[in-house]
Amino acid sequence: MKHQTRTAYLLLLPSLLGTAVFVLLPFLDVIRRSFYQAVGGAFVGLSNYRQVLENEAFRQALSHTARFLAVCLPLLLILSFLLAVLVYHLPKARSFFEAVFLLPMAIPVASVVVFWRLTFHSQGILNQLLALAGIGGQDWMNTEASFWVLVFSYIWKNLGYDMVLWIAGLSQIPKEQYEAAQVSGAGPLRCFLSITLPQMKSSVSMISVLSFVNAFRVFREAYLIAGSYPHNSIYMLQHLFNNWFTKLDIQKMTAAAVMLAAVISLLLLALVLHPGSSQE
Amino acid sequence: MKNTSVKHPFPYLPRLFRWLLLSLLAGLLVFPVLMMTANSLMGARELKEAYGVILENQTGSISVRLLPRYPTLQPYVELLLDSPDFFVMFWNSCRQVLPILLGQVLMGMPAAWAFARYEFPGRKPLFLLYMVLMVMPFQVTMVSTYLVLSRLSILDTHQAIWLPAVFSTFPVFIMEKFFRSIPESLIEAARVDGAGALKLFWYMGLPLGAPGVMSSLILNFLEYWNSMEAPMTFLKTKSLLPLSLYLPEITTDQVSVSFAASVIMMLPAVLGFLWGQEYLQQGIVASGLKE
Repeated sequence: MKHQTRTAYLLLLPSLLGTAVFVLLPFLDVIRRSFYQAVGGAFVGLSNYRQVLENEAFRQALSHTARFLAVCLPLLLILSFLLAVLVYHLPKARSFFEAVFLLPMAIPVASVVVFWRLTFHSQGILNQLLALAGIGGQDWMNTEASFWVLVFSYIWKNLGYDMVLWIAGLSQIPKEQYEAAQVSGAGPLRCFLSITLPQMKSSVSMISVLSFVNAFRVFREAYLIAGSYPHNSIYMLQHLFNNWFTKLDIQKMTAAAVMLAAVISLLLLALVLHPGSSQE
Repeated sequence: MKNTSVKHPFPYLPRLFRWLLLSLLAGLLVFPVLMMTANSLMGARELKEAYGVILENQTGSISVRLLPRYPTLQPYVELLLDSPDFFVMFWNSCRQVLPILLGQVLMGMPAAWAFARYEFPGRKPLFLLYMVLMVMPFQVTMVSTYLVLSRLSILDTHQAIWLPAVFSTFPVFIMEKFFRSIPESLIEAARVDGAGALKLFWYMGLPLGAPGVMSSLILNFLEYWNSMEAPMTFLKTKSLLPLSLYLPEITTDQVSVSFAASVIMMLPAVLGFLWGQEYLQQGIVASGLKE
């Protein structure tokens, strides 16, 4: 037994050491710094946190991020679930459609930037199409509409990923349950509502957390299309962190990083340690 | 997998309609890639004619075309012969991504094996810690990573990009799932035959867990080939930038090659995707956050 433990830790050592040096220790340092003044090094208690929370830019960025998540996550989850149900029941073409819907995930953001620019420019493809349909277009990138451009590109990239996760959940439901239900006369819709949906509960929370984490990556699209200071409606926490960093505002960043880390850790722990999620 | 016994939940949608819906959506999703590829065969003059309004601030209106009227390989030739910068950046991307992948496998595999096949005090909390680290967005660790890199004085070098990424806990999590799914009976049989810890890992873990390594490789390749946050934060020197940050510049300065450059950047990712789609899907499923 003791021997086992030693072997295990020996195997873990390189990874643990690296994680400690590159992530854990420096993050502890960040936590420490978040209670001190960056210049002079005086202990200031929670004042850095107060400064961040009272900062106008932070509040705005936070509310834009929250709004983005509130729109995107439900939309993505519902769309990808419907898609998963449609694709899952295709007998032959399933793997073809899985591949097609996953493809955007593989495409580097930078290599489709030209396309987004052509599409969403005030004289771009989308507006031309809208004009054909008799609808007046708008300047997508420099107005409120840029929010929806970002929503679209997020869904474009993540639809396949979430669909694959849903399909994995769907395929775990034992076929016998459906057969039994059909024997006792339940129609397909009834089966869907009373067998499929209830068993998607654990998938919902897991996919939500993963989609939430992936949502932070929309910064790439936003940055490449609109730069460091995009239209206000898509100025999010990621932009704020980035701009604080360029201004070397370490003091605010440490406090904000600690808060963000705390929120995300709590979310994950709630998901993983939630009773009922551990039974596989 | 056969699912013929499960009836479709939406029988009210006619079959034809379902197919139409899926195909339409699929077309919409793939359209950008197809159009970029087709348009990369457009000569400089045609490009100007078609998109000059947007890409070069001319007046008039754009004329979208799916296929070039005069297909030519000229943009590729121009890119390959006259754009030394492009090669430098492409090479930078490789120099940053390859060490990451190699390092992740070397460091992550033993750790994943330990988590999957050993019972030891501290296993659960440590694994939980790895999961928490795995879901942290870049912005959380931005300052802390900056502090280490500056202490090691490797800011603004290739190491600044790949060294921290090697210790990402995501590959460990993925590989752990695959290692764990190896049936205990196989391991037990080998153990009875007298295989030691090292032999078990080498002769059982490696071959049987290989799909996990593949999954981790493909997922991380796609992630880091596309990586922007770390390079834009930790690199200052322009000649060190990866393609992902340099490409947008090309598309403004050298419009004539912008589509071709985009396609070349896409190419490794798409090839990797086509080659490893099976592993990618397994990897995505494994990334499902269940212990």
